[in-house]
Amino acid sequence: MTPSQPPSHQPPATSHGERSEPTPRIVFDNVSRFYGEVLGVNRVNLSIGSGITSLVGPNGSGKTTLMNLMTGLIRPSRGTITVLGIPSGRPEELFRKMGYCTQFDAFPKGLTGYQFIYSFLLVHGMIESEAAKLTDEALQRVSMTEAADRPVAAYSKGMRQRIKLAQAIAHRPTVLVLDEPLNGLDPMARAETIAVFKQWGEEGRHVIVSSHILHEVDRISDQVILLSHGYVVAEGQIQGVRSEVKDQPMQILVRCDKPGLLASRLFEQDHVVEAKVNEDGRGLLVRTRDADSLYLLLNRIVLDNGLEVEAVAPADDDVNSVYQYLIGAEGGTT
Amino acid sequence: MTWSQIATQPWMLWRRQVAAILRLELKKSLFSKRAWWIYILTVGPVVITGMHSLFSGGSGGHTMGEDNMIFAGIFQVYFLRLGIFFGCLGIFSNLFRAEVLERTLHYYFMSPVRREVLAVSKYLAGLIAAITYFVGSVVLSYLFMCAHWGPVFQQYLFHGPGLHQLGWYALTAALACVGYGSVFLLTGVLYRNPMIPAAAVFVWENLNPFLPSLLKKFSIIFYLKSLCPVGEIPTDGPLAILATMTEPTPAWLAIPGLLLVSALILAYAAAKARKLEVSYSD
Repeated sequence: MTPSQPPSHQPPATSHGERSEPTPRIVFDNVSRFYGEVLGVNRVNLSIGSGITSLVGPNGSGKTTLMNLMTGLIRPSRGTITVLGIPSGRPEELFRKMGYCTQFDAFPKGLTGYQFIYSFLLVHGMIESEAAKLTDEALQRVSMTEAADRPVAAYSKGMRQRIKLAQAIAHRPTVLVLDEPLNGLDPMARAETIAVFKQWGEEGRHVIVSSHILHEVDRISDQVILLSHGYVVAEGQIQGVRSEVKDQPMQILVRCDKPGLLASRLFEQDHVVEAKVNEDGRGLLVRTRDADSLYLLLNRIVLDNGLEVEAVAPADDDVNSVYQYLIGAEGGTT
Repeated sequence: MTWSQIATQPWMLWRRQVAAILRLELKKSLFSKRAWWIYILTVGPVVITGMHSLFSGGSGGHTMGEDNMIFAGIFQVYFLRLGIFFGCLGIFSNLFRAEVLERTLHYYFMSPVRREVLAVSKYLAGLIAAITYFVGSVVLSYLFMCAHWGPVFQQYLFHGPGLHQLGWYALTAALACVGYGSVFLLTGVLYRNPMIPAAAVFVWENLNPFLPSLLKKFSIIFYLKSLCPVGEIPTDGPLAILATMTEPTPAWLAIPGLLLVSALILAYAAAKARKLEVSYSD
């Protein structure tokens, strides 16, 4: 397990060469939440910087509880939570900077998609023209402009998901919390939605995403928080988390022209556990307990034997593998 | 003026937020399939008094004074103790509770609005709906009750005490909505099933005649009864058990007293709303 990672975006230097204030963070300080005698999350200490952070875990692991705590929809039984310095119990301040797309698939009755977003922007206290402008912008961002005047009740599941997302982002929040935002979206909409998240992350905002579609989360996350049974089992950049899992040999794929020769040389090393030639005969999957030594050795073999190497890449530092290593089959990840 | 500028002026921000919430809530409070039984509560007496006028013909074998007394009985027994009581129960206890059942309360909770502002806005929406229904019903019922007296009633209404009486009935009905509204908003915030506390309030309100003088003041009906323009209603027969025997309280004391009690209850409900959590699955 790794301790909290430093923020993925360093604070920019000022014109005088000084560093500006540290990047505002979302901080959980020894937070526990119980539902009667049932554990929601326990002793959570987190400090989340800007960029995309994924919450990963099976059903009941505490992802939604953590998000609801962060957004003040529920209160911690113990501990404190601050979001960019604002206590989570102050919605009137918090939601000026935060948007939350929940899993609840319910909407106020009788509203069109446009009215849904516009009405709640007015609840923020905005004037009509500003609310209208932001509504149009949000609808455009989730490609829902054409369906905006239809009642939400007539929307498909994917459209409802997108209109919820539009409502969450309409006021241009600095922190965006998204609970399973890819559920119900078709592949095209998923790609578009992921692109929106990436853009928001790159703009230096905080995007907190929970998803059980791990390979999609993996592609976009700056850091991950792995949860199991209400506990945070690991957090940080996924490669960093992977390297800390010492008891599971790293898998490294080497694409080269002489995999057999490479395998024979590698087997002389103690740290190499397994080497398997690819079916196409142009690569070798190596399992090693010491990746750094393997990379050094690989350089030497290339020089000594004139090996032509096309690519060297870790094969199991994705979220899914790390999750399986840390939590095992109980995770039931997708 | 932009949102960030408005946000620096709390009163302007709250005014705008109240207006926006009222817009959303009024539609739900005034027109809802779920409120069909409230429509019956309001339309019922109008239909009955209308039929009374229709079928009584001229004097109908009774005096206008008797019609007045009958209306006083309808007002005190039906409107105050049943119609407005249960109507407000339906309207106000559902302001938060219905949104929990429909799983939509979180949209308000995810807006940068103080929960106190939300509670007051919802209360105002409920109040507008309740007053529209019940004051409207009281006024129409009063007019229909004596309409068959024709010019005599017109004389009584415009040149006698009629209009004054009607005004007090309307004011009392509106104050009943204010009082019971605050009580049932609180029960809706505090309890998952507001019917149990509502039953307790119903019993308390109807036990009022038998309570010691001090305890009587902790009820809504105590103040409302003092405001009724025709104080004496028949106390014999089956209605006797429902009749209140409170000492009359002057209006200058009853109105501020009721408003104060309602404001205190509303303030408590708003404070409790701040602690509300979204846990639909519970």
